[in-house]
Amino acid sequence: MEKNNDVVMSVRNLSKIFKSGILNPEYTVAAKDISFDIEKGKIISLIGESGSGKTTVGKLILKLIKLSEGKIIYKGKDISNIEDKEETRAYYRRVQGIFQDPFATFNPLYRVDRVFDMIFDSFDLGFEDKDKAIREALSDVNLNPDRTLGKFPHQLSGGQLQRLLIARALLMDVDVLIADELISMLDASTRIGVLNLLVESCKKHGMAVIFITHDLNLGYYISDKSLIMYKGRLVERGDTKKIYENATHPYTQMLFEAVPEIGERWDSDEEFLPEEIVNDVEKFYNEHKGEGFVEIEENHSVLFSDE
Amino acid sequence: MSENILEVKNLKAYYDILKGQIKAVDDITFTLKKGEILGLAGESGCGKSTLANTFISRKKPLKYISGEVDLVGNKIMEMSEKEFKKLRLKTISLIPQYALDAFSPTKKIKTYIADLARQHGVKTNKKFFNKVKDRLDLVNLDESVLNRYSIELSGGMKQRVIMVISTILDPEFLIADEITSALDVSSQRFVATMLSNLRDLEIIGSAMFITHDISILYQIADRIMIMYAGNFAEIGPTDAIVDNPRHPYTRALIDSLPKVGIQYKDKRLAGIEGTPPHLLEIEEGCRFRARCPYSIEKCEETPKREKVAEGHYVSCWRWEELGSDLSGKK
Repeated sequence: MEKNNDVVMSVRNLSKIFKSGILNPEYTVAAKDISFDIEKGKIISLIGESGSGKTTVGKLILKLIKLSEGKIIYKGKDISNIEDKEETRAYYRRVQGIFQDPFATFNPLYRVDRVFDMIFDSFDLGFEDKDKAIREALSDVNLNPDRTLGKFPHQLSGGQLQRLLIARALLMDVDVLIADELISMLDASTRIGVLNLLVESCKKHGMAVIFITHDLNLGYYISDKSLIMYKGRLVERGDTKKIYENATHPYTQMLFEAVPEIGERWDSDEEFLPEEIVNDVEKFYNEHKGEGFVEIEENHSVLFSDE
Repeated sequence: MSENILEVKNLKAYYDILKGQIKAVDDITFTLKKGEILGLAGESGCGKSTLANTFISRKKPLKYISGEVDLVGNKIMEMSEKEFKKLRLKTISLIPQYALDAFSPTKKIKTYIADLARQHGVKTNKKFFNKVKDRLDLVNLDESVLNRYSIELSGGMKQRVIMVISTILDPEFLIADEITSALDVSSQRFVATMLSNLRDLEIIGSAMFITHDISILYQIADRIMIMYAGNFAEIGPTDAIVDNPRHPYTRALIDSLPKVGIQYKDKRLAGIEGTPPHLLEIEEGCRFRARCPYSIEKCEETPKREKVAEGHYVSCWRWEELGSDLSGKK
């Protein structure tokens, strides 16, 4: 992988194996051998379908679950095993997440302001005038502070709540934001507004974003680099445009065939069976035995076999 | 006239709540031809699902106010629940949103299907299960799923089972409410294509496909209807709606969709500013006017439904004058 001074976080050979059962444990490989870099002010899309392991990767970075193998290097230090309370707190000070369902993030019994109070209670953000800082952050995300503060979550729309959480991340001046399906619950008309805002904020504040999504169109629109995941493996990694123009892994190709687009109708003569991808991928791996993860062009790598 | 499966005229259905009436379906008129798939799109809360519920069951607080609904000769708004029950699953069938989460976790798929069929007075004999097996085969599922529990199936598989169940009596009119939104893109394509195949095989007569995703409707719908805040905005053939929309809202909805090939760096897409009006506080006039870039004083009067072309209607005062402004690729 190329050396780059703008890298804020490096993920190396990340793996997570879930064990279930005690006497006859079953093992599920949720993520295996995932490596990538996150650069300052850039958005990287992590694209995959349900069960691909994309959320697991997000949770590992956020230390919500323990990794089985690998390293997460943040500011030159492997943070994957730190357990010290103060060190963990320092990590969360700069690395935060926003999740799919805003109504699940907010406690319905408290006013929305509480999410700001909570960060001020937990961290020393160094603001003299907290109220002013909150208002500025809200204006930054195109929310009217007077119409937002003091409201209960049910009085705001999903899009507004997600904006509010982005405002909180801006207030904390985070280095890395994990946005897990941030907009999949929002309406098509409000989605784009939140996306545009996310891109602007990350450019303006130099925040790096891992944008986890199942939607190729959104991934393409927003990101400079993309990661495609299938069954816990990273199957394609590189410049978004290159992956989209030269999709090589059968799974990536299948995703492109399935995505509905205005102006381009699905081929109705071709029988499309989602189950067949398993065989297609197996065949692909067999044909390329021993090749592994290969860079096929500059900034574009593909998993050719999964030994 | 007999070509129409469904005729809806000036239908109004409101939610009666303590604070007043929520006008979720307010003056909706449209027809559905035999063999047609009509897509119904709009933002959350625009009344798309309420419209479906109005056809199927008007449980409190949802209340039918006025208007006519003719479903293959049955005036369903005037029917008693007892009479209407006979139509269910045979004439009209609904796949509600989140149906795939409604399986009983303690019952095998087989038991679930049998219970459901019995409730509709269908004998669950060998012949019936042979039909079920044929249909499962059609949606590319092995008959072994019948002996499995719902937790053993993936979302896409569950949705296919749901489709088999709800079309088992070959309904003339199927309402599919957001059947693809909880699915992965690959299953999405399969399920959507399946709906259109069921129609081609005449297993279902016509269908209404409710979704917020116009790009899926573009793939399988013959016509698309757009609703906004309980009102009708536009209806027309799919290509006309997509390439030549007449309502500013339709245009804005289509423009807000990202596509492969458009990157933020090159072209910034625009969403629709603001939020729809609260359906409790509806005033006279076009409901989209506060968010519409083309609104004028005239828009304070409620626009009439006007004919643009055969099968293409719009409710906007300025549709003729805006004409190519809306279809142009800016």
